[in-house]
Amino acid sequence: MAEKFLMPKLSPTMEEGQISRWVINEGDDFSAGDTLAEVDTDKATMEMTALTGGTLLKVIKPAGSTAALGETIAITGKKGEDITALLAEASSNGSEKKAPAEPKEPAPVAAAAVASTAEVSAPVATSTSKAGNGRVIVSPIAARMAADNGVDLRAVIGSGPNGRIIKRDIEAALAGGGSSGSGRVAFTPSTVVGASAYNDEPTSQMRRVIASRLAESIGPVPTFYLTTEIEMDNALDLRRAINASVPDEQKISVNDIIVKVAALSLVKHPYVNASYQGDKIRFYEQPDIGIAVAIDEGLITPVVRGANLKGFVEIGAEIRDLAAKARSKKLLPEEYTGATFSISNLGMFGIKEFTAIINPPEAGILAVGNAVPTAVVREGAVVVRNIMNVTMSCDHRVIDGATGAKFLQTFKQMLEQPAMMLV
Amino acid sequence: MAVLTIRDALNEALREEILRDENVFVMGEEVAEYDGAYKVTRGLWKEFGDKRVVDTPITELGFAAVGVGAAMAGLRPVIEFMTWNFSILASDQIINHAAKMLYMSGGQFKVPIVFRGPNGSAFQVSSQHSQALEAFYANFPGLKVVMPSTAADAKGLLKSSIRDDNPVIFLEQERMYGLKGEVPEGDDFIIPLGLADIKREGTDCTIVARSMTVPLALQAAEKIQAEFDVSVEVVDPRTIKPLDIDTIVGSVQKTNRLVIAEESHEFASVGAEITYQVMDRAFDHLDAPIKRVSTAETPMPYAKNLEAAALPSVEKIIAAVKDVCYL
Repeated sequence: MAEKFLMPKLSPTMEEGQISRWVINEGDDFSAGDTLAEVDTDKATMEMTALTGGTLLKVIKPAGSTAALGETIAITGKKGEDITALLAEASSNGSEKKAPAEPKEPAPVAAAAVASTAEVSAPVATSTSKAGNGRVIVSPIAARMAADNGVDLRAVIGSGPNGRIIKRDIEAALAGGGSSGSGRVAFTPSTVVGASAYNDEPTSQMRRVIASRLAESIGPVPTFYLTTEIEMDNALDLRRAINASVPDEQKISVNDIIVKVAALSLVKHPYVNASYQGDKIRFYEQPDIGIAVAIDEGLITPVVRGANLKGFVEIGAEIRDLAAKARSKKLLPEEYTGATFSISNLGMFGIKEFTAIINPPEAGILAVGNAVPTAVVREGAVVVRNIMNVTMSCDHRVIDGATGAKFLQTFKQMLEQPAMMLV
Repeated sequence: MAVLTIRDALNEALREEILRDENVFVMGEEVAEYDGAYKVTRGLWKEFGDKRVVDTPITELGFAAVGVGAAMAGLRPVIEFMTWNFSILASDQIINHAAKMLYMSGGQFKVPIVFRGPNGSAFQVSSQHSQALEAFYANFPGLKVVMPSTAADAKGLLKSSIRDDNPVIFLEQERMYGLKGEVPEGDDFIIPLGLADIKREGTDCTIVARSMTVPLALQAAEKIQAEFDVSVEVVDPRTIKPLDIDTIVGSVQKTNRLVIAEESHEFASVGAEITYQVMDRAFDHLDAPIKRVSTAETPMPYAKNLEAAALPSVEKIIAAVKDVCYL
């Protein structure tokens, strides 16, 4: 029997996906497990695979178009099946899903969807049971909360099955949108007449998630910052000594040392390797460190797990591998979620000192600058030392000033006297 | 407080009521000299003798009828069915006589009788001995239906049932006879019929469970709390009829989500009734369709693995909670 093929959830935070390309064409047969299309999600390009075999009867969402979770993107079934009813449904579905983004004119969208299926347009015209009525699916409590609070349901994207608007979506809308990856309120960018010309580019999935995550952070997370100077000469010597003894492909960076030292320090300071969770504080047993990696469209934080137990060479190889995957957008969800702490290193850009924004629910992030040869006074004499500034952003709900300072003390001590890593 | 098994809590309730009211007597197969098939009546015959604790032949319809007649004449019989499966033989007496007598005699004859015994599945006793009959009996006006899940509830509710002037269907569970729990001391501890109990407080999802599914729901709640940080409230209605729908609705108004876990088959079950009543009274408070976890639509298989697959389980309850919480 012919069926609608719905946009699947391909990443934990995905709300919609953009069809990057269809791997098979209309009329092609496929088996269970075959890749049907590649989809750009908020995090990476994912392969969308078939759960059962069949034939791709009709593509509803061509490459380049975006579909919300649960929205029909294709019709599948057996060759020669009558799919007119499904097409009519899909076109009405399209209008209802599009409504949040373009609340004022759902009709043209429906028309466009119908037009794209022109070769079977006659039955579509007569099958108008749901087309264009913009029906919103909403749970009873969500409907009541929306009515009580004057929330326009057409402007809320449902996170439940079939796009059902549920309680948490209304709560998110009331809170100003964007919390925990669920319903967010659509916005209309203002267009200023007579001022600067401008170029509108559609907001990418990744940019939207960055915006919502960071806004979420600076809003509810009471953050404070601790900065310290670290004399890196011994750590740099250590790196030189190691790199002189290993083959080229195993050479390590300063960042690899920093990651391991941070992991060792986290183990000694459980309050920093923790997360504020409302009614409880979650302490992680293992330090899993997210490493901010810049990619063309923004940034992503692949996770190095348990670096306290790994050697520098192993950490270096892992970070290189994760960063390469990140740049080609091939990171798997489990490779970029679930960090317990993060490190952002802008030293390679010549940044001396900066503050980073916490990635909730983590409690801290370390902003690392570059090590700069600096004139300092040691034992009464001016000498040159490589000084690196690090600034830790702390979630004050978990980390207090002294707690954070003690963590940085340990971190600094290990970098300045690398032998302390063995203690 | 004393810690008792459900078996001994029921025994205490029977003993105290026999002592308290000379009209109370216990009757059924093997209840006297053998101390009861599941030892619920242990020691009662030795203590009180033939007049108060009466062995019967294997004639469910017959001794149920004797009980109904005795109740009409002013006694307070407690009739034990070795299992509720055998009550189907006696159901003419229960449904056509006990349940109807007060109404059809124009209020002249009340029938203060308790029918009790194990209900639902046991351990591989197969199709004819594993049935959960609460929906069947709850469907007839004139009967009260009681289903305890703890030792304290078992004692307090059985004493209330014996003192009630109406026929009471008292459904125990063989798998639970050995479960221990604290029971308040003193011989006047009773729990009124028609009062639900919140077995675990929570804020995010309500599970309505009864009898055997109460411990399953409590385990599920702990696991869900640990794994998903979702706070589950477990409501045990304790009495199916009259049903304390106010407590259930109050909980759903708080959590917006409802899962019903029950050992009976799902078609036309008590869970179906609760679903309707919650929809009727709390529609505007629901955030997700109500889910049920019931026994599969099949006669109970004998094979251990199939029996387990047919019955409600902690895993099935967790899956239902995840569904209604959109996890």
